[in-house]
Amino acid sequence: MALPLGLHIAVQHLVHRKRQTLTSLLGVALGVAFFIGIASMMQGFQRDFVNRVINVSPHITIKDEFRTPPPQPVETVHADATVALRGIKPKDEVRGIRGARAIIDSLEEMPGVRVAPTLSGQILLRFGSKDVSANVTGIVPEKERRVTKLEEDLVEGSLDDLYTAANGIIIGEGIAQKAGIGMDDLVSVVSPEGVVMKMTVVGIFASGVTQMDNFDTYALLKKAQVLQDRPNIINRVRIRLDDVEQAAPLAKALEARFGYRAESWQEQSKNVLGIFVIQNAIMYSTVGAILIVACFGIFNVISTVVFEKTRDIGILKSMGFREGDIRRIFIYQGLMVGFVGMLIGWTLGFALVEFMGSIKFTMEGFIRSQGFILYKTPRHYAISGAMALTASTLAAWLPARRASRLNPVDIVRGAA
Amino acid sequence: MSAAPSITPTVTAQAVTRVLSGPLPVTLVRDIDLAVMPGEFVAVTGPSGSGKSSLLYLLGLLDVPSAGKVLLQGMETAGLPADALADMRLGRIGFVFQFHFLLPEFTALANVEIPMRRLRQWPESEVADRARALLDGLDLADHAHKYPDQLSGGQRQRVAIARALANDPPLILADEPTGNLDTRSAHMVFEQFARLAHDQGRSIVVVTHDQELAALADRRVHIVDGTIVDGL
Repeated sequence: MALPLGLHIAVQHLVHRKRQTLTSLLGVALGVAFFIGIASMMQGFQRDFVNRVINVSPHITIKDEFRTPPPQPVETVHADATVALRGIKPKDEVRGIRGARAIIDSLEEMPGVRVAPTLSGQILLRFGSKDVSANVTGIVPEKERRVTKLEEDLVEGSLDDLYTAANGIIIGEGIAQKAGIGMDDLVSVVSPEGVVMKMTVVGIFASGVTQMDNFDTYALLKKAQVLQDRPNIINRVRIRLDDVEQAAPLAKALEARFGYRAESWQEQSKNVLGIFVIQNAIMYSTVGAILIVACFGIFNVISTVVFEKTRDIGILKSMGFREGDIRRIFIYQGLMVGFVGMLIGWTLGFALVEFMGSIKFTMEGFIRSQGFILYKTPRHYAISGAMALTASTLAAWLPARRASRLNPVDIVRGAA
Repeated sequence: MSAAPSITPTVTAQAVTRVLSGPLPVTLVRDIDLAVMPGEFVAVTGPSGSGKSSLLYLLGLLDVPSAGKVLLQGMETAGLPADALADMRLGRIGFVFQFHFLLPEFTALANVEIPMRRLRQWPESEVADRARALLDGLDLADHAHKYPDQLSGGQRQRVAIARALANDPPLILADEPTGNLDTRSAHMVFEQFARLAHDQGRSIVVVTHDQELAALADRRVHIVDGTIVDGL
């Protein structure tokens, strides 16, 4: 079956300008391929990070902090007055969550919510001549395993070993490597309160999140309270949800209810998630720039064709072709370059992603990985295809419009 | 005794004037009255710049008069939108220019098929047969699959004539069609026009500055300074 006439003419125009057409095709194809490759890499990394954060960390953490300082009495009494306060010293309060038992009980009654009380603080680990600063989190193992995946991340030891050793501690893989600490080693732990405790390493975990592996340690809640000199105090309530998407609204509701600062996993990772937004903006800008350059190529080709084909346009219009027919011929050309470029770009993009997947290397940033973490989805192909088709159609539009508005009388007079 | 039925002219110009506006307006044709009957072969002659081609473009609805009107088969064309004028050109007018204007990417056969494929009056299967028959009629059967750059000047111009005839238009307008041809080819083209008029009943209007060729036409219209001075 013959092609529609406009399409047939458009194909012939492109086929007879092979070199220019190939250059334009290559521009579109590279834009599409790079988009697929970069998007796969970036989103792979971002999704992996989010998954690890969701798996490893609690979804909501209630802290013994307040988001805004409590109002001063004078501000409460004279709410509408203009009051300037200087030199206010915060009240010296005992840190910790007050009424933690009641808060935990009420949280445990909520469906789809699991809760673990903890006490977090700073410590200094001393092993031989090595000093490593770290966070210690006092946990209750049977509750902790319901809230985080710490037990699954243990590469050596188990959570229950915290009970069997006299002063057991679980350390991150990064700390173990930095200080050369191994299983069953005895380390000195010093807290800011000046408490020194000899502790036995009963477990080493590797979460894959560099920050956690390099700085976090775990001990029994009671031991942590002794170490921090804060008996019967907890300063964190860690919450895991069946539906992670509920973290942000629930955190807001809990903060409103209990007054303590409640951070969702999104808020706790907002620095990194903010970087992801910037990364995505850079990715779209870069790919956009490639496609814009490709568009200039298409614009150039079609403008050249319009210029070269001015006489043909004149005769087609004198024959009875409408302005819309002429415009379509040149828009078809842009669309064809966009479509074929998209197909080539998809193939190149697929090959690029497969190639990146085959490269093995050790990467350590926010997370640790052996090679690129790639996210493969048809969505990347759909987005890049839509961008290519839209961009190439827009690039063809201007010269097509110019062609359709050419006056055949001017053309035949000029050529005659 | 009944009166003979009146025949409608294929194309009529009534007091047609065309002025190019601008800081210094230029009058291309002034107050032209002309009617071309079916089967009539008219040659338009005149010195260079006298308005011959301008008149042809007005008759062919490529240009619009500043005053007066053009009727195609009795139908007034003034005020019609550009698309409607394009449709009238497609079905009722065939153009031949001094330069052949064949599309270089298409064979002779494909060039002749283009107006038919645009009009869509004939099924795709018939289009090629019709195009081939038109080329046969102009002694171009052996050149149907050649590209324009493989044809001589005379052959290209005959392909252009075949293309002008593709949609079986009642009116053929030719603007200096023999300007780039040798004498023999020029005569062949004019003889072809004469046959199209006399054998097929088409109206032919040919602009030429060659008086010898113009003499082959049924009627000669001479234009000077945009006005018909002879041959009304």
